[in-house]
Amino acid sequence: MQYILKRLITIPVIMLILSMIIFSLAFFLSPSERVAVFVSSPDALQNVSLDELINRYGLDEPFYIQYKNWFKRVIKGDLGWSTSARMPVATALALRIPATVELLLLGQFIIFIGGIFLGTLAAIKHNRTADYFIRITTIFGISIPGFILGLVLLIIFYVKLDIFPPGRLSLTSLDVVSSQEFTTYTGMYLIDSLFNRRLDVFFDSLRHIILPSIAYSLGSLAAAVRLIRSSILENLRKDYVNTARVKGLTEKRVMNKHVLRNALLPFITFMGMEIPTLLGGAVIIETVFNYPGMGTFIVTAARGLDFPAILGSSLAIGVIIIVSNLIIDLLYAVLNPLISLE
Amino acid sequence: MSLFKKIIKNPMGLFGLCIIIFWMIVAAFAPILATPADSQNPYSIMRHSFSSLPSSPDEEALFGTTSGGYDIFYGIIWGSRTAFLVGLITVLCSSFIGVLIGGLGAFWGGILDNIAMRIVDLFMSIPFLIAVIVMTTVMGKGLDKIIIALIIFGWRGYARIIRSEVLALKEEEFVLAAKSLGASSSRIFFRHIIPNAIYPIIVLVSINIGRMTLVAAALSFVGVGAEPGFADWGQMLNFARRWISGVPGDPFFYWYTYTYPSIAMVSFVLGWTLFGDALRDIYDPKINI
Repeated sequence: MQYILKRLITIPVIMLILSMIIFSLAFFLSPSERVAVFVSSPDALQNVSLDELINRYGLDEPFYIQYKNWFKRVIKGDLGWSTSARMPVATALALRIPATVELLLLGQFIIFIGGIFLGTLAAIKHNRTADYFIRITTIFGISIPGFILGLVLLIIFYVKLDIFPPGRLSLTSLDVVSSQEFTTYTGMYLIDSLFNRRLDVFFDSLRHIILPSIAYSLGSLAAAVRLIRSSILENLRKDYVNTARVKGLTEKRVMNKHVLRNALLPFITFMGMEIPTLLGGAVIIETVFNYPGMGTFIVTAARGLDFPAILGSSLAIGVIIIVSNLIIDLLYAVLNPLISLE
Repeated sequence: MSLFKKIIKNPMGLFGLCIIIFWMIVAAFAPILATPADSQNPYSIMRHSFSSLPSSPDEEALFGTTSGGYDIFYGIIWGSRTAFLVGLITVLCSSFIGVLIGGLGAFWGGILDNIAMRIVDLFMSIPFLIAVIVMTTVMGKGLDKIIIALIIFGWRGYARIIRSEVLALKEEEFVLAAKSLGASSSRIFFRHIIPNAIYPIIVLVSINIGRMTLVAAALSFVGVGAEPGFADWGQMLNFARRWISGVPGDPFFYWYTYTYPSIAMVSFVLGWTLFGDALRDIYDPKINI
């Protein structure tokens, strides 16, 4: 309990530091570019000279005053106007974040299940054909760049076989989702469609998300398999395994109840550390599959030099990472009794 | 047994080394393999036409051209120089910074170490690719800006690894012996600790040369990297992206636009990864249980 409280208290501090770092990026820009960060709608820029704007938003003031002005507006949820999305940054983010989080969750699910299954298989079949096969595949899995894998998957499953299309939803499902009867709970279509009892939308969304989530998680999956494999092999040599075997437990029970549980601990840490990598990969994968999430938003913003959108999405990514790190830490505390005792 | 012999005895490592040597030869002989039309500006991809459609391989363009008439063969040959350039510069600079910050922090310990590690933690939790995109957006376009951004965010991993090595070495008897002989701190650090702690860094350097090239290529691929027409594999793939659907009835009509750059990219990264893996097996046999 104390551990959880301690973790919760540090969060506002980290967020404050994060927002300062992100805002300091705006100081790479000239005041005329920086003004965009403070403007909440394009109307504010009509018929005003640059000097007036500099005065109005205090662009010649020292850093901390400008930061204070900006921070006050951010707290109210005003992140400025995105020229590339033609809407307020906050609105654009509210549409895009669930899409990326959905991808992240599905990707982590694939890494978790696939990592445990293949890693255990390789460890059980140590130095036999299955093990060699998995080990060699993982080396290639790590080396294949996400965008090339994505293109290959797209060519095979969309261009050739026409099973899995790019994008996020087909037009008919998009109509359903934007209609009045469809209630949006989380913005993640896989979950919302189940709550709305629309299986057709669920399968349509699954059909769209399956390729990007595979392309997105394969590199991390390969690393996860290697980690689980060596972690299990290491644990199998420990004394507690002998004790469990001597007690007369079946090999299956030794593996599932004892070895796997211990091997899971470094794996949970790994999954937490992979979140930034995965979110970075989302930029590429979403571009390849034309998936409307945070990644494509950042790329369009970067191409169009849309600074408010860049700062806003950096902030959003930071918050996603902080929250998911918290979840991982709590999970770790649940799995590892040593931590909760502290 | 010398290091070279050990790598050659490892089939995967040998394979990786061969790929790297192949690309080194390609990069070294680029002006002979693909003579630039404009010798002042060899890195801008040769154009055969301004046609909006790709054209299939022929005698003039060995691997065909992409939309805009860019020669794919030329782009791949000169792109290998870009790949080495980006990979080597970013990795050497960032490993140097990382080793210095992490190593000195661990060597002196106390508050300095604490500050260094908190900064590393902070950098570790930032998505690398997004950070680099944000940096290049505020700094402006161009390969040099990408390299700077990659260095700024690339040193963190080295710092963390060298730290744990130095912390362990600091207490070793040979260091204590050097200290009792009156060696200065800087001598102990540079002559005794760093040479012994550097092996895992070398492994990481090898793997990261491929990885950093990949990140730079990925940036060009999404369109925030090198300027249009610059010889860069990521950019070649960006050109190819529009042509993956082929023409109705023949989905693989434009196969040459994406196949050649993909092979170049994957083999380059694979080469460095295999080489790095082999180095790791040699330096630390424990990992490969």
